[in-house]
Amino acid sequence: MSENVKTKKKAEAKLKYTKVKPGTNVAISALFIFLALICLMPALLVLVVSLSSENSIRIKGYSYVPTELSLEAFRYLLHQSSYIGRAFLNSIGITIVGTLFGLITTSTMGFALSRPNYRLRKFFTWFIFIPMLFSGGLVASYMINAHILGLKDTYWAMIIPICCSSFYCIIMRTFFQTTVPDAIIESAKIDGARMIRIFVQIVLPISLPAIATIGLFLTFAYWNDWLMAKYYISGNKHDLFPLQYVLISLEENISFLSRNSQNMTPGTANSIPSETVRMAMVVVSVVPIACSYPFFQKYFVSGLTIGAVKG
Amino acid sequence: MSNLSVKQKKKKGKGSTGSSFDNLEIFLLHLPTTIWYLLFCYAPMFGVIIAFKNYKPRPGKSFLWALFNNSKWVGLDNFKFLVNSSYFETMLKTTVLYNIVFIILGILIPVTLAILFNEIYSRKLAKTCQTMMFLPHFLSWVVVSYFVYAFLATDQGLVNNLFKQIDPATGRYHNWYADTNFWMYFLVFLNVWKGMGYSMVVYMASISGIDGELYEAALIDGATKWQQVKYITLPLLRPTISIMFIMAVGNIFRSDFGLFYQATRNSGALTSVTQTIDVYVYKALLEQSNVNLSSAAAFLQSVVGCLTIIGANVLVKKIDPEAGLF
Repeated sequence: MSENVKTKKKAEAKLKYTKVKPGTNVAISALFIFLALICLMPALLVLVVSLSSENSIRIKGYSYVPTELSLEAFRYLLHQSSYIGRAFLNSIGITIVGTLFGLITTSTMGFALSRPNYRLRKFFTWFIFIPMLFSGGLVASYMINAHILGLKDTYWAMIIPICCSSFYCIIMRTFFQTTVPDAIIESAKIDGARMIRIFVQIVLPISLPAIATIGLFLTFAYWNDWLMAKYYISGNKHDLFPLQYVLISLEENISFLSRNSQNMTPGTANSIPSETVRMAMVVVSVVPIACSYPFFQKYFVSGLTIGAVKG
Repeated sequence: MSNLSVKQKKKKGKGSTGSSFDNLEIFLLHLPTTIWYLLFCYAPMFGVIIAFKNYKPRPGKSFLWALFNNSKWVGLDNFKFLVNSSYFETMLKTTVLYNIVFIILGILIPVTLAILFNEIYSRKLAKTCQTMMFLPHFLSWVVVSYFVYAFLATDQGLVNNLFKQIDPATGRYHNWYADTNFWMYFLVFLNVWKGMGYSMVVYMASISGIDGELYEAALIDGATKWQQVKYITLPLLRPTISIMFIMAVGNIFRSDFGLFYQATRNSGALTSVTQTIDVYVYKALLEQSNVNLSSAAAFLQSVVGCLTIIGANVLVKKIDPEAGLF
């Protein structure tokens, strides 16, 4: 009997120390729900506005509860698909090519730095580390990219300058060091394989988690990038605009759209639902991200954990 | 087994498996990356000489020709002009003060949240909240600027339509994009809002790396939750915190261009609270074409930034020899 009480007490005591009190739990949960809502509500507002009718905006302003729902903004974007569609395709193209370039540059450098026998390993470790400490700054890079390398007003301006980073190289290196055993590479060498072949056929296939992680980092970075377009793409080169840059120059673009709407039925051009179209374009650029990131979250977390290992 | 492989290696001779050949192949493999670094990281480092010249472009001539044949060396004149200008002090103050606040909050809030996160009973609820809090990290500042606009727009904005605040001076709705007092705090909020989910995950990852036996031992000794946090979690989080600290301090003269320029919709009325060094460099270079002053500002930012990161590393290493970044 007394033993029973004792174990019960022990269990209670254990519970007391391993878990917070129920009241505290409610408070913490409430705090997190509150924070989560703060992060989500603005996105929801933009979504609702994009689905409101222009009339509702005129009466109530932007609101979570519009007087009238309508798809006119999205219908309008669909009508303008030559312009918006072009921007969408630009964004996709830049993202794919950029991610590919980024993976090639970071994985090869990461591989080289992970080989303990590589004679230039020390040198190149410093070589990629120094730019983390010191950079030439915006003006020098701008002058070189725009005036010497001739990247101004080309797609390459939005791809190459941001494809590699020391941080990604270090993540790759750490991954190769910890998960690609030296024995595999040695035995492949004995079989007569060249280093390049070993890298492509053996190292890369067993490093898919790292490739996926860095690939995701790059994909999201390219999709969201607007700075390169702002620096290097002139305002009248509409063909080159990625989605994010279209959003920046939206005010002028809505007037641009109305001027270039010969292919629309007469009458509609004068009544562009500008307030809702604006938000509909934001929705178009956010939806691919918002729908995919919950599934890829864990790769981000693993990338962060590898990256946190200091060099 | 290992003996055998050594023997085989020797038999094959130096030709195909010799180490100098391997070295060459590895070098060729990362040659593209090396070229990228030379063009996009190292070449701009030499480009800083623009800051010591009076750069004068001439139409039809290349940048390099103009730099070497048409631009005089002016020593520190660009810097003198910059430092003596009326906006230099504001710009420096804005950048550093915001960063100090960001560094403190950027450590305090995510660490607290990461510790609290593990205490929620319902794992499902916790995971859902975490996913939702991660969302802002994946959005660009351009998108965020529209989120903000939906709330703060003068005529249609949610806030003005909800509270119907009329400015007595103009008789119209309050113009939030001209309200410097509000933006001073709101910029801090936006920064925390966007970075919270991401930094929380960084600290949660290091908390999950802590050996569970430590907590069990503490439990046997009857340590309370608070004592466990104070004597186990926080001390073991110190390396992560110090790395995040060094990186943040090293960037103390840099600012998030997207936050200060894009999220504020580049509102002229807000310049006194939004003009950080980065915003100035951008505006001077691309809006006013003043290469001299913007290169001087960018040069100061790079050099001082480099010194601060080395300094912060030395400081952290003095306190805890294990904790440095390099």
